[in-house]
Amino acid sequence: MNKLLVSPSPHIHTSLTTRRLMLDVIIALLPVTLVSVYCYGWRELMLVSVSVASCVLLEWAITKYLLKKPSTIGDLSAAVTGLLLALNLPSLTPWWVVVIGAVVAIAVAKMSFGGLGQNMFNPAIVARVFLLISFPVYMTTWSTIDVGKAWSFAADAITGPTILGGLRVDGVQFMEQVGSAGEVSSIALLLGFGYLLVRRVIKPWITLSIWATVLVFATILYFCGGIDPATGLHVNLHPMVSLLSGGIMLGSIFMATDYVTSPMTTRGGIIFGVGIGLLTIIIRQWGSYPEGVSFAILIMNAFVPLINKMCKSKKFGRA
Amino acid sequence: MANLTFKMGGIHPNDKKISERCKVEVLPLPEKVSVSMAQHLGAPATPIVAVGDRVKVGQEIAEPAGFISAYVHSPVSGTVTAIAPRADLAGNMVTHVDIAVEGDEWMEGIDCTTTLVPEIPEDRNAIVDKIKKGGVVGLGGATFPTHVKLCPPPGKVAECLILNGAECEPYLTSDNRIMIERTSEIVVGAAICSRVLGDCPVVIAIEENKGEAIMNMSSALGTLQRRFHGVYDKIEVKVLKKKYPQGGEKQLIDAVMGRQVRSGGLPIDVGAVVQNVATALAVYEAVQKNKPLITNVLTVTGDCLPVQHNYLFRIGTPLSFIAAHAGGVPDAAAKIISGGPMMGKAISNLEATTVKGSSSLLYLTYDQTKRVPATACIRCGRCAEACPMGLEPYLLFKLAKAGDMEQLEANAVHDCIECGCCIYSCPAGVPLLDLIRPAKGDVIRIIRSRK
Repeated sequence: MNKLLVSPSPHIHTSLTTRRLMLDVIIALLPVTLVSVYCYGWRELMLVSVSVASCVLLEWAITKYLLKKPSTIGDLSAAVTGLLLALNLPSLTPWWVVVIGAVVAIAVAKMSFGGLGQNMFNPAIVARVFLLISFPVYMTTWSTIDVGKAWSFAADAITGPTILGGLRVDGVQFMEQVGSAGEVSSIALLLGFGYLLVRRVIKPWITLSIWATVLVFATILYFCGGIDPATGLHVNLHPMVSLLSGGIMLGSIFMATDYVTSPMTTRGGIIFGVGIGLLTIIIRQWGSYPEGVSFAILIMNAFVPLINKMCKSKKFGRA
Repeated sequence: MANLTFKMGGIHPNDKKISERCKVEVLPLPEKVSVSMAQHLGAPATPIVAVGDRVKVGQEIAEPAGFISAYVHSPVSGTVTAIAPRADLAGNMVTHVDIAVEGDEWMEGIDCTTTLVPEIPEDRNAIVDKIKKGGVVGLGGATFPTHVKLCPPPGKVAECLILNGAECEPYLTSDNRIMIERTSEIVVGAAICSRVLGDCPVVIAIEENKGEAIMNMSSALGTLQRRFHGVYDKIEVKVLKKKYPQGGEKQLIDAVMGRQVRSGGLPIDVGAVVQNVATALAVYEAVQKNKPLITNVLTVTGDCLPVQHNYLFRIGTPLSFIAAHAGGVPDAAAKIISGGPMMGKAISNLEATTVKGSSSLLYLTYDQTKRVPATACIRCGRCAEACPMGLEPYLLFKLAKAGDMEQLEANAVHDCIECGCCIYSCPAGVPLLDLIRPAKGDVIRIIRSRK
């Protein structure tokens, strides 16, 4: 008889792994990545490659040379961070700014807190906010979408503001959906959301509560904001435009739902989502930045330990 | 009506009932049996035989050594060769009575025929006495003496007897087989228990993956109801969803009655008494056939085992004898488990012998049972979602690591039922229960010491 294994129960285990979950997130991000590469061309391709490569390399180097521990890049979380970071940047961002973003995300926001599972703040968002504050010009220079020109090496990309940026500059106007690379297509993002739900990677509550809050709050602002006498249009954005523009879709589906930096319970998740929705609109409406989602998520990340304490799961047989 | 289930947590492992179609075979007698004195929860029984004594099948060989304890009977006829401490399934040193098997001579008065005796005795005390004298203990896992469970403390009334036919552990099929093959006897056993509890209603709860058992149970029950009415009219079969740990006492009561046993409370507090189907069969045999609990059915299974078996075995039969009879231990077996893969015990050798509560010999291959290397908790919350007691295993694990007894107690670590759902569902392979289990023991000892 062979030597037998002896260990405490249970003796079987789910086939689900961290790596598989992260792979699912990457798969869910593929539609929007492909659309943005298609729209923004080779610059976007470079941006994604540089971001993912530098995040993964950095984590590998930190574990090997600084921590002297087995590498953790196999869990694919660094790749997810890299991909999310790329999708949070305008396609015209210079490569070295992307590398700085990767350093902030991986070295500062993730590894210095103890690596995966220990960080309080979503690494990709910390990096985006850091870059937004440090390099405001690069971070708010968005390329307009022109597929023909995007793939030509000769022509300079045309730049323009997003709807939100435009709003701030020119008042009400309608434009193409431009912005950070990952904000290019709500349909592609929703496809990813559907995939994550079907694969049971995430629960829908955080995302849905953000959307609901944004819609309610934006509707109130839309009707209370009144009409601009000069143009005859509403001063504030239509609620649907509010919801579908900027980073709300990307943020609510992929960033706010990050396991590590969101509450554990459904009840906590809803509080978290409502908080993000409210803060986003407040910052958009009255803040000095055109986009508020990143700040909103970051602020609510800080509340997660408190929310977890408040929203304990209901225990069996204890009223 | 939708099938019933418990509301909180739970997991859906592949049920792997590969031995469900294997009829129960009678295992031949071994040359020697070794009968443990600690086959039940509570004080080990005291041997009343001496080395050299001749014993018959069904003869008392040990007496209960306390209120919560049980009689033990000789499962074979032969000569007592030794009374000595030996390692039991869990590796604990326990007094065993060794008997060399000679022939198969049964005690007089034991009815070995298969004729069904459906008339329920009227005298409750006489029934309880027979159950006690028959050494009947709960066969669902805890082996709590059945006569104690059937006598609720004064002031408590049983509103419902739940017969546990969930068999929610993957691989196990012994309960399923007896529900298929010995249906009427189980129903009579349930009726007897109900009589003891004051003719309370009975729910026979079976998980939906046991279609044949559900069908047989319904038709056997119908036949008995048409013939006898009375206590049989109070019995019904209810179908449960397939979900682990449905067979857990608190979960089953929640599923069937929609009531939650309070933390630290007993099922009877919410009017429930739960007995396993195999226990009902043992009750039937003890009361109607005068046959003490000396046999049980066990599954020998595993994906690496070419032929699956369900055996009717004599208690005290060496595991090595059973394994050999089932074709030997497969080469691919890396772990042998007594019980199911979720809560069973991994055993290091086959030297131990079967006890009343033995339910299976399960072989798992290395790939099926290997622990994945533990990586960082990603706070996905799957453990908390899976916990049927609504606990937060990730938090308890952290607190156990830190040895924070105060917070462990505040977070109800002592409510843990050790079902293993947390480890099972953790994508990072964190050995949650490995640390929670001892912490639970520590906290329970602290709580006790306060009293």
